[in-house]
Amino acid sequence: MLCKKNQGETTNTLKAESESLKAKLEEERAKLHDVELHQVAEKIDALGQFVMKTRRTLKGHGNKVLCMDWCRDKRRIVSSSQDGKVIVWDAYTTNKEHAVTMPCTWVMACAYAPSGCAVACGGLDNKCSVYPLSLDKNENLAAKKKSVAMHTNYLSSCSFTNSDMQILTSSGDGTCALWDVESGQLLQSFHGHSADVLSLDLAPSETGNTFVSGGCDKKANVWDMRSGQNVQSFETHESDINNVKYYPSGDAFATGSDDATCRLYDLRADREVAIYSKDSIIFGASSVDFSLSGRLLFAGYNDYTINVWDVLKGTRVAILFGHENRVSTVRVSPDGTAFCSGSWDNTLRIWA
Amino acid sequence: MWNSFKFVKEGWIDSYMVSKMSSKMVGSNNLAHAKRMVQQLRVEASIERIKVSKASADLMRYCGENAKYDPLLMGIPASENPFKDKKPCTIL
Repeated sequence: MLCKKNQGETTNTLKAESESLKAKLEEERAKLHDVELHQVAEKIDALGQFVMKTRRTLKGHGNKVLCMDWCRDKRRIVSSSQDGKVIVWDAYTTNKEHAVTMPCTWVMACAYAPSGCAVACGGLDNKCSVYPLSLDKNENLAAKKKSVAMHTNYLSSCSFTNSDMQILTSSGDGTCALWDVESGQLLQSFHGHSADVLSLDLAPSETGNTFVSGGCDKKANVWDMRSGQNVQSFETHESDINNVKYYPSGDAFATGSDDATCRLYDLRADREVAIYSKDSIIFGASSVDFSLSGRLLFAGYNDYTINVWDVLKGTRVAILFGHENRVSTVRVSPDGTAFCSGSWDNTLRIWA
Repeated sequence: MWNSFKFVKEGWIDSYMVSKMSSKMVGSNNLAHAKRMVQQLRVEASIERIKVSKASADLMRYCGENAKYDPLLMGIPASENPFKDKKPCTIL
């Protein structure tokens, strides 16, 4: 057993090694910082004027919309709200197809299963539950509910992996976790954040088994799903990271933060390569998503607007008004024909 | 103890409504924590990196190759976009 003095020395030696490793990391990253992305992008044409309008408004939630997800069929949407309701919509017709009342309020997370046959959701109940969607409109969906994930604090985000069989969750308890849907078994847990994890996104399937998470510790972490190892970490934001989303090629990811900026991090350069900000934007960005080619970044803000950014040049190409309260979630449809935004004004809007 | 708890911090709900979480490893065992930090930093320091110029060129190339398949970027006619309203047709 180490006496106090030895233990103190060892901790100090480790701290010193920690500091020197951090310095080395910065040095290595700086060596490769030969140019800025927007400088390389000067040679490509600027984007023209964008005309994007609200094409559908989905009304029906009784309180703030907190999350939404598209079905792979490109027309159905699941959304969840502070009032505990989870609704499945047909975005073409705006009809509601299913509605579930959760036993808790603040359903912060919802996700569509790849098959389109189930949805997952959770929030202040600290759980992620899966509801199979029935073709029978009269069937009580709540009866078939399956509890899958259990955290020790609120569920902030959830996502099915490539099948209906596994779900990845992030939580206010500071961890992410991978679960088997059938058995509810914890397959892997991911520790490394030092505060609430607010968002996660899975790498596009071609790029392998990793995902990125972001949280209140201002860090974005990249994880190996099989080993649970945190393989890369980025800490340049000045406040909570509310949302993370992979660039479609899987080589980079974007973040939206309470510091009123969105940023792009390249995984192979291992650094931040772009900041999307303006002096006039002073409210936090709650949600981000890329268009299909990755050239456009749609970002929803707490000042009720959606800003559209040229990812390569770093400039804003459009600002969209319409919501009457904070925009909480923004997702591009699977075929890229439209994007959906959800807001604290209780509505969802489809833009194209 | 977390140094920030999103919901309480934002004033959205009272702290008593939210389940308290148990104290985590941070701060409870300094030596173990320091060891983990060093191990983690060793993993991060050891990865292979490429230059920003190369990474940027690759991002640009991906955008360029996929631009024509990006409806929100290119704009597609109302007839091809299920969300855009078609012009009303007259039945003769």
